[in-house]
Amino acid sequence: MSDLVTLTIDGREVQVPPGTMVLEAAKLAGVLVPHYCYHPSLPVAGVCRMCLVEVAGSAKLAAACATPVAPGMAVSVSGAQAKAARQGVLEFLLINHPLDCPVCDQAGECELQDYTFQEGRSGTRYGSFAKRYNPVEDFGPDVLYVPNRCILCTRCVRFMEHVAEAPVLNVSERGDRAYIGIDAGHKLEHPWSGNVVDLCPVGSLISKDFLHKARAWDLDKTASVCTGCTQGCSVTLETRDNMVVRVRPRPNPEVNRHFICDRGRLDYHWMNRSDRIETPLVRKDGRLAAVSWEEALGQMADLLRSAKAPWVGLVSPGVSSEALEGAARLLALGKGTGAFRVPQGEEAPLAGVPDLALRADRAPNVQGAEAAGFDRDWPGAVARTRSAGLVVVLGEALDGVEAPAAGVPVLYIGTALPEAARGAAVVLPCASVAEEEGSFVNLRGRRQPYYQAKAAPGMARPAAWILEEVLAMLGAGAGVAA
Amino acid sequence: MGYPHPSHPRETVILSRHFGDAEARSLTLWMKRGGYQALEKALGMSRDQVIEEVKASLVRGRGGAGFPAGVKWGFMPKQKTKPHYLCVNADEGEPGTFKDRELLRWTPHALIEGSAICAYAIQAEQVFIYVRGEFTEPIRVLQAALDEAYARGLLGPNVLGRGVRIDMTIHRGAGAYICGEETALMNSIEGKRGNPRIKPPFPAAAGLWGCPTTINNVETLCAVPHILLRGAGWYKGLSLSNPKSTGTKLFSVCGAIANPGNYEVTMGFPLKDLLYDLAGGIRGGRTLKAVQPGGSSVPFITAEEADATILDYEGCAAMGTQLGSGGMIVYDDATDIVYQVMRLAQFYAHESCAQCTQCREGTAWTTKILQRMLRGEGRMEDLDLLFDLGEQMTGKTICVLSDSCAAAVVSAIRKFRPDFEAYIRSGRAVPA
Repeated sequence: MSDLVTLTIDGREVQVPPGTMVLEAAKLAGVLVPHYCYHPSLPVAGVCRMCLVEVAGSAKLAAACATPVAPGMAVSVSGAQAKAARQGVLEFLLINHPLDCPVCDQAGECELQDYTFQEGRSGTRYGSFAKRYNPVEDFGPDVLYVPNRCILCTRCVRFMEHVAEAPVLNVSERGDRAYIGIDAGHKLEHPWSGNVVDLCPVGSLISKDFLHKARAWDLDKTASVCTGCTQGCSVTLETRDNMVVRVRPRPNPEVNRHFICDRGRLDYHWMNRSDRIETPLVRKDGRLAAVSWEEALGQMADLLRSAKAPWVGLVSPGVSSEALEGAARLLALGKGTGAFRVPQGEEAPLAGVPDLALRADRAPNVQGAEAAGFDRDWPGAVARTRSAGLVVVLGEALDGVEAPAAGVPVLYIGTALPEAARGAAVVLPCASVAEEEGSFVNLRGRRQPYYQAKAAPGMARPAAWILEEVLAMLGAGAGVAA
Repeated sequence: MGYPHPSHPRETVILSRHFGDAEARSLTLWMKRGGYQALEKALGMSRDQVIEEVKASLVRGRGGAGFPAGVKWGFMPKQKTKPHYLCVNADEGEPGTFKDRELLRWTPHALIEGSAICAYAIQAEQVFIYVRGEFTEPIRVLQAALDEAYARGLLGPNVLGRGVRIDMTIHRGAGAYICGEETALMNSIEGKRGNPRIKPPFPAAAGLWGCPTTINNVETLCAVPHILLRGAGWYKGLSLSNPKSTGTKLFSVCGAIANPGNYEVTMGFPLKDLLYDLAGGIRGGRTLKAVQPGGSSVPFITAEEADATILDYEGCAAMGTQLGSGGMIVYDDATDIVYQVMRLAQFYAHESCAQCTQCREGTAWTTKILQRMLRGEGRMEDLDLLFDLGEQMTGKTICVLSDSCAAAVVSAIRKFRPDFEAYIRSGRAVPA
């Protein structure tokens, strides 16, 4: 530990590696130095001048984001000089700000609002001068730029230039006429450009998808994992009234730093679909009838006890590892195996971050499905359903799959009932990823948990729970009819 | 452009000796006047000897900051692991300053020689001369001189047959004052927006394209051949006052002055004598009101203070102002100081690069307050507000552009408060 640098921040001693900036050292000491332009995943700009701190023995204030620690350094964040400087910056930032918080999506999670409430002036000294006005600009498929709210921290410019490496944003003009410009003929169409919305500390870059949908303080936030591809980015599902209304990245230095791609960000609307199966269904007199879980599970156990081997599984790489492992154990009872298929797309890397990309395999748990013993021989498995004793479907929408031959019973566990599954003997409603706890294994083998963000509809239960119940009813080591 | 005046007997003409002498522009005739002997001499010395000589002369940066040039050269790594660069700052944009323009116009070879000596000393093979874009005539003259120097083997892959490579390229600015700030200048050469960079890293560690770089002002480099030829001791002897301020300095005297122009005097020359003796006194027989001795960025001094000011780095500091670039702006008693200060603030608001919050918003706000005052809508609280904004704009930003704006405004209010109060009370300037 001798190579650590010891310094004090507001009197709290902290030890950090040499080269650490004062702002990061302060975080470790439990002191937040207010800042706008600094972001741990972007190159330092040092332009907002909000993070000015007092350093003992130095006449000038120092920008905490750009000042490396030194042994014995004594930093004051709460000192009168630093506070006065912050108050000055806040006042300067607000003189041209429209103060339209009541209609701004950022209100409630706005750093300009927060710090102003924390230590800004209560009134303005700007007087009757007209505020700078520029119209809202359409920056791209999901991004609007509201220049009047912009504080020119340049996080968006630096993200596009140094992280996405598609430098289409710039600072245009000079002085107080400056604004964020977009190169002529370009849009924010890079597959990762939506991150500029999260990076923006104020309500200047906003998402069209989320526009006026909810107030920040009405949102419940749940740790989850993105279902878009095998990268397994950490995300937060933000819900309001049992609806997912926004997906945002959750910092994870090992997987996605502070970013997610636009596909991951915007592909959540299916979590709110309303055509869900809400009760267990079993076939009675040739028709599917709603029954209790007890009855459905009982019928299912009966069916399993009587079904001949081999069984075949058609599973989805979009369900939890727990469910996939349960399904594998169930299939083993009938000497069966199964397969999955993965929707494909074009790989879209984020150039500035190593090993971060929207992957070609567009499902979250391909590794988990393989670990549970399923393979990618989808056509083979589909062909085997014709001669199987039983078909178990888990989470698969069965698009393009012909219903198995009459006489082959189908157990269907899913969130919705596709046409191809209407002939199933038993249909069990399961929760979606937003409605259960579980885990996915990403392409580097990281098993990452996700948590329940909203209630499942009706009587739907997590697929892993369903499978565990059935396995328990059959009893350990249960066999199958020959 | 203005033509140079004949030199005054009290001037010490070293750099400006050939101002107005069109023949000095041609290489052959420049060599007849002693040109390129210093380069010859320097190439016969070790790099360290050259740096030591310049260090010993105590010549300080003439662009405004006054940092000892030899010390700056000494910061360059001795072990060369990456290309080294020299940038010549010829972006003279400071309002009131026009000395580099004349040096470029009349003695381009002095700059080329001084730059070549520096390039040799700091192991730079490439020199970029960043010239203010509006300097069309000086650029033409300098380019012609460069072409001649290349043709004569004074520049290129084998300078004077000594196996040293020195290339020089003119880079034209595009009209931004901030590009005269050394780190913004480097960004501009790199093709980026001319925004100042955070220091550290300092240019000698990571400058142009991340390589060790030295940036010197035109006037500083033009003095280098003289230092090498006549010795550091001679240069150090050119001082009438503080031993830390040595050599001669060109002052661009402008404004309400009878004979505006460049005057070269020894460090420590009395400001009063420069105004009244050399430059012919205040225009129209009026009386002096205020002076900015070092360009628009330095604090105002009153007529009484000006009378007592010694023109060197320490002498100006003693009066609460700075020697700066030597752009001496003279204001007579008919000056509407509130208007003048507003024009300066407006300039800084226009030229702010928009990076730092205090500068971007502060310069513009300051301008608006002063404009309101000029419209007759000022309030007494405005003066305290301007002081407060000045405090916020000083010492808190990446470069000193906002400090410069604040210095002019704050010093003007401190020293000419009745002028501001008169505007606030009556909506008009005080009658002269």
